[in-house]
Amino acid sequence: MTSCHIAEEPIKKVAIFGGTHGNELTGVFLVKHWLQNGAEIQRTGLEIKPLITNPKAVKKCTRYIDCDLNRVFDSENLGKEISEDLPYEVRRAQEINLLFGPKHSEDSYDIIFDLHNTTSNMGCTLILEDSRNNLLIQMFHYIKTSLAPLPCYVYLIEHPTFKYATTRSVAKYPVGIEVGPQPHGVLRADILNQMRKMIKHALDFIHDFNEGKEFPPCAIEVYKIMEKVDYPRNENGEISAVIHPDLQDQDWKPLHPGDPVFLTLDGKTIPLGGDCTVYPVFINEASYYEKKEAFAKTTKLTLKAKSIRSSLH
Amino acid sequence: MCSRPVPREPLHRVAVTGGTHGNEMSGICLVRHWLQAPGELQRPSFSAVPVLANLAAIAACRRYVGCDLNRTFISTFLTAKASPDDPYEVTRARELNQLLGPKASSQAFDFVLDLHNTTANVGTCLIIDTNQDVFAMHLCHHLQLQNPELPCRVILYQRPGEERFSLSSVTKNGISLELGPQPQGVLRADLFSQMRALVAAVLDFIELFNQGTAFPAFEMKAYSIVGTVDFPRTKDGHLAGTVHPRLQDQDFELLQPGAPIFQMFSGEDVLYEGESTVYPVFINEAAYYEKGIAFFQTKKLTFSVPALPALTSACTPGP
Repeated sequence: MTSCHIAEEPIKKVAIFGGTHGNELTGVFLVKHWLQNGAEIQRTGLEIKPLITNPKAVKKCTRYIDCDLNRVFDSENLGKEISEDLPYEVRRAQEINLLFGPKHSEDSYDIIFDLHNTTSNMGCTLILEDSRNNLLIQMFHYIKTSLAPLPCYVYLIEHPTFKYATTRSVAKYPVGIEVGPQPHGVLRADILNQMRKMIKHALDFIHDFNEGKEFPPCAIEVYKIMEKVDYPRNENGEISAVIHPDLQDQDWKPLHPGDPVFLTLDGKTIPLGGDCTVYPVFINEASYYEKKEAFAKTTKLTLKAKSIRSSLH
Repeated sequence: MCSRPVPREPLHRVAVTGGTHGNEMSGICLVRHWLQAPGELQRPSFSAVPVLANLAAIAACRRYVGCDLNRTFISTFLTAKASPDDPYEVTRARELNQLLGPKASSQAFDFVLDLHNTTANVGTCLIIDTNQDVFAMHLCHHLQLQNPELPCRVILYQRPGEERFSLSSVTKNGISLELGPQPQGVLRADLFSQMRALVAAVLDFIELFNQGTAFPAFEMKAYSIVGTVDFPRTKDGHLAGTVHPRLQDQDFELLQPGAPIFQMFSGEDVLYEGESTVYPVFINEAAYYEKGIAFFQTKKLTFSVPALPALTSACTPGP
């Protein structure tokens, strides 16, 4: 019998990262728990390594010490000569690259799940870096189907300028997992239970795939980044408007031209300009104030994956 | 425990402070706005002064840089000789004591309103030290009457025998306003507008008092802190679980012995073993993890508050 599936190598090495941002506590405590009690994440024939990626930031319960660890996995930073003057996170990125990479090499880990939280009302979100990745589209389809009726959204960060050098990008298949809303420095049981389920389904998918199960062609809806929008600011750079109450917590919902976006401190509403409907995400994320990002605009599209099956079967 | 005497003179020197904790954004942004446009803080008999309390922590968007400013207004710190080793907040507390105090002196400001946010689902919450603060109790009662649609709860924060340590203890009268839930470092429009309206209502009350209004006696319910409960921890002190989904966001709701309070990472539930029912508050507040507090236990008590007599030296309304 012939089939037109894509044969892929089985998955051998998987890592689960928590604490890439030290104040996003769900990943921190899931990973710490799995370091002590790993039975829940073990799957036959699979090597799975949990890791606290930014231990100093975790200890201080802050996003980072010197710079954002999740932005420095580019060839420039990874190639810098090691010295005490390098920012802590750059030194740490080089260590992680050695342990789980090197990035773009044959030796690198197959899949890295990087666990994040957001203060935005994003629900369960999977972050995809490459729109043509059959295996991850199949995996995300599996996770979405397994979580239903709980919604699970896919955020595609493939973009010439907005794609960033993530910690997980060391692996052949990088997977960002983002669950919110949760304040920084707080651990909510409901968010923890959701993230735990996402990891369970992801590992079950890998297990089934390695066992030789064929996954038929599928399609998923994704939200692709188009533009980042900053807060209105005064001449001192201080914000002069807040996210409008009508937009707050409305991540993934259509935002039409003319809809309210900001409310200035003296009470004026600023509407969405342009002439196209967008889908806002990361609305009012705490750590994006300093990145000058009030929210990101996305467009909705469908990605298709071919049938896949592990090549060993 | 000393009660604050009921003011017998108009309150002319009034301050509104934001950023006592540098990542509680509603008060920070309101005070910044009022520093540019102070009109909203003016009343016929006084103009409230906007003050950013913890400047270094605001710049870093952290609760504090050296230690919690809102615990440093005690005589040990305020009266000790300054040293270069003092944490930033101890130095800042002395500056604020000079600006708004000195604490317990006749030169101190008449009133301070200190603006806070919490990650806990407390809604609108007014914090005063004790029910002996008759002026503050009247102010809270006034806010409750002004906002019937809004549960506007009063927490009595001071434990018996404890020295007052908060910023609001520096002035002759004062309360803290606590709005939540709001993540640290985030500014939500809904809470921002609510805080703005409450500040206006506080200033209106002071104006009424200054104009010679008498306020009759009343009975009021308030939540008095009786204890704290820490998270479940491993023997190394790390978290072993977190607040149970059935307790999360249930601030001010009755907690019965036997109800689940924590969910362990291993999956099992921890039940409340207290001997009597309590009202939990500040459930899962980010800043209290390091203080070893998952929530405060309070008792809901009814207090009889005596009348607040009209000033004999009331201000006459301005032209």
